[in-house]
Amino acid sequence: MDTIAARAPVTTTAETSFERPNYLNSSYGWKSWLLTLDHKRIAILYLISVTAFFALGGIFAGLVRLELLTPEGDLMGPDTYNRVFTMHGVIMVFFFLIPAIPAVLGNFLVPLMVGAKDLAMPRLNLASWYVYNLGGLFTLWAVVHGGVDTGWTFYTPFSTTYSNTYVIPTALGIFITGFSTIFTALNFIITIHRMRAPGLSWFRLPLFIWSTYATSLIIMLGTPVIAITILLVGIERGFHIGIFDPRLGGDPVLFEHMFWFYSHPAVYIMILPAMGVVSELVGHFARKKVFGYRIVAFASVAIAVLGFLVWGHHLFVAGESVYSATVFSVLSMLVAVPSAVKVFNWTATLYEGSISYQTPMLYALGFIGLFTIGGLTGVMVATLGIDVHVHDTYFVVAHFHYVMVGGTIMAYLGGLHYWWPKMTGRLYSTFLSRLSALLVFVGFNLTFFPQFILGYLGMPRRYWSYPPEFQVLNVLSTAGATVLGVGYLLPICYFGWSLRYGAKSGNNPWGAVSLEWDTPSPPPTENFYTTPVVTHGPYEYLAEDVHNRLTQEANFE
Amino acid sequence: MNSTPLVDGHAHGDGHRHPAHQFETMEQQKETSTLGMWLFLVTEIMFFGGLFTAYVIYRHMYPDAFAAASSTLDVKWGGINTAVLICSSLTMALAIRSAQVNWRKGILIFLSLTMLLGLTFLGIKAIEYRAKFVERHVPGDVLNEPFHFELENHHEAAVAQAQDPLYPRHAEIFFALYFIMTGVHATHMIIGILILAVLWHFSRKGKFDSEYYNPLEMTGLYWHFVDIVWIFLFPLLYLLGAHTH
Repeated sequence: MDTIAARAPVTTTAETSFERPNYLNSSYGWKSWLLTLDHKRIAILYLISVTAFFALGGIFAGLVRLELLTPEGDLMGPDTYNRVFTMHGVIMVFFFLIPAIPAVLGNFLVPLMVGAKDLAMPRLNLASWYVYNLGGLFTLWAVVHGGVDTGWTFYTPFSTTYSNTYVIPTALGIFITGFSTIFTALNFIITIHRMRAPGLSWFRLPLFIWSTYATSLIIMLGTPVIAITILLVGIERGFHIGIFDPRLGGDPVLFEHMFWFYSHPAVYIMILPAMGVVSELVGHFARKKVFGYRIVAFASVAIAVLGFLVWGHHLFVAGESVYSATVFSVLSMLVAVPSAVKVFNWTATLYEGSISYQTPMLYALGFIGLFTIGGLTGVMVATLGIDVHVHDTYFVVAHFHYVMVGGTIMAYLGGLHYWWPKMTGRLYSTFLSRLSALLVFVGFNLTFFPQFILGYLGMPRRYWSYPPEFQVLNVLSTAGATVLGVGYLLPICYFGWSLRYGAKSGNNPWGAVSLEWDTPSPPPTENFYTTPVVTHGPYEYLAEDVHNRLTQEANFE
Repeated sequence: MNSTPLVDGHAHGDGHRHPAHQFETMEQQKETSTLGMWLFLVTEIMFFGGLFTAYVIYRHMYPDAFAAASSTLDVKWGGINTAVLICSSLTMALAIRSAQVNWRKGILIFLSLTMLLGLTFLGIKAIEYRAKFVERHVPGDVLNEPFHFELENHHEAAVAQAQDPLYPRHAEIFFALYFIMTGVHATHMIIGILILAVLWHFSRKGKFDSEYYNPLEMTGLYWHFVDIVWIFLFPLLYLLGAHTH
């Protein structure tokens, strides 16, 4: 019964809590935001920045799809096209996908989920937002002045010797932004280690915390390597010193090794937090403890560890020896094991669960389906024989978009919809949000499934034109991108609308039992009025909770 | 860096120190920042690790050119600098010890000595860089004159030529790595000295004593780390060609 008692305040204080100030109305003015040390406000600042970069990256994606509507270069020539897809990749990867879930949802939720008043280093946290934007400014400067055409991978010697575009400012922007990621990750790790509320043992932590922890480990170990690699590229380009230049005795493949040593684990930086979000959503919307909680938690760590041992699968056709290629191929397939463990455990959680198809759950279910396709095609491209054929084709493009967009962005949107009442205390339109989930799912599949076929038929990536027989599939893809764009625009509209006109959500609109809902929504600046004492795990729903949820859901509708 | 405890470990009117608002106790605050510092050093290891990897690979590809290029570095200055840095690690540790035994003047003395030794290191490094500039051992197009590398001993030059016809070119890669590695290290030294200067300022204000000296300890970790990087750089860069003499 003590578990019920611990949760009791949530329902009883629902009406009275708004009399006390929360983090949004405790102080006003731009200074109170730009100089805030509150992790929740910093999360909101990040939300704004990240959304802006997402929109910019989305515009470039739209231009790519528009150009590929016809086989000829009707809209732009090859040089412009190279810049457009490069800017799309650079902005989406470094300024949206990597920071999105950790810096927005993670910043907001980690202290709430561990029952702390703030992250361990609030100043560092604020600094990370400024550093992120500083890096963004460098990259934007490059965009405004004509962009980069190297692809987001900056392969040498093209990036160091032959490209005539703004490689150094872009690289500098990524170098600087890397620090912001490191600051955030460092904060998360020490907060999770040292600032958990009394009674909050490791196995009572929400799975989002476990995946955030694993992500932070990858960031700490990987990001410095891309930093030094990019620095070397900059120096090489600036002074022509021959580190990666074969004419001067350098080895361009060394760059590929160093780049992918970070950039492959970076894929897990993007997907692990997404998996954490989905674990939360599946558990809470099935009203069940996540099946195999410990295994799911350790699977995150396993993915983080294995993620560092597979970078060589990007070099199968770059002159890697057949022996190392074989080893990298086997190791890459091993990553499928913990990933599949997660997918199976989410599915098992749904079994006999009390499932409600609220918007966040729709996104989560979409994630599971799309990630499964992305993951399985990942095993295909990890296979040496297949990769030689589909390498650098749209098959690979479709594969990683299924993981990054179908996976990460679906989970990010699902998480935003789930925690939006927590962040703002407001409800958004149920109909529009369900519509957007549907549009994103349909639009996404329509955009990227044809690309699997295109790639398999041999259409290479990164070309501005293609043989006319590929046009039908490309038109389908572009049509899908339009639907997808509408699906992404909708949330911006109704989230914005909800800020002013949305109904008050109450403290716990979902009737969830995890710690972050055990305080008012929006939370007070200090997160909890008294330090919480945790007596149960995050998904311990009782029959009464399920009943409560049904009543609360009726209100929500 | 750990700026948080710097300003937050303040003593209130009642003479007791209070942790920053997000912490429950001073002990928790200290433990957290210590863990944070070690994690930061992990990222530093990975950062230098990338450079060391590049070095190891090229040394493996071009062992003779690397040995020849290494022999032009001045082991004497490198050795002196190693000693200087080890001494500075000692004075850094003594500064922390002074805080532990509440000898506030000692903190100031030893912090000053550490900064002085750090600057000595940078001065010697500047002398060495100048020598490389004079000898035109500067890779790429940094100088107006192109990179030039030639072994003075004709016999050695002939041997090197036979083993690796492109050895001056590959020596250029050695010097590129030499300048980048020592340059990144020197940048870390400069940052360290700046932090020490800030700590010196706080020490003068009497911020640190046996109850609270965490920023000193964290900076000490950083300083020792930067020293250890040099302990690896010195043999890799300077002693590689020693056997040719």
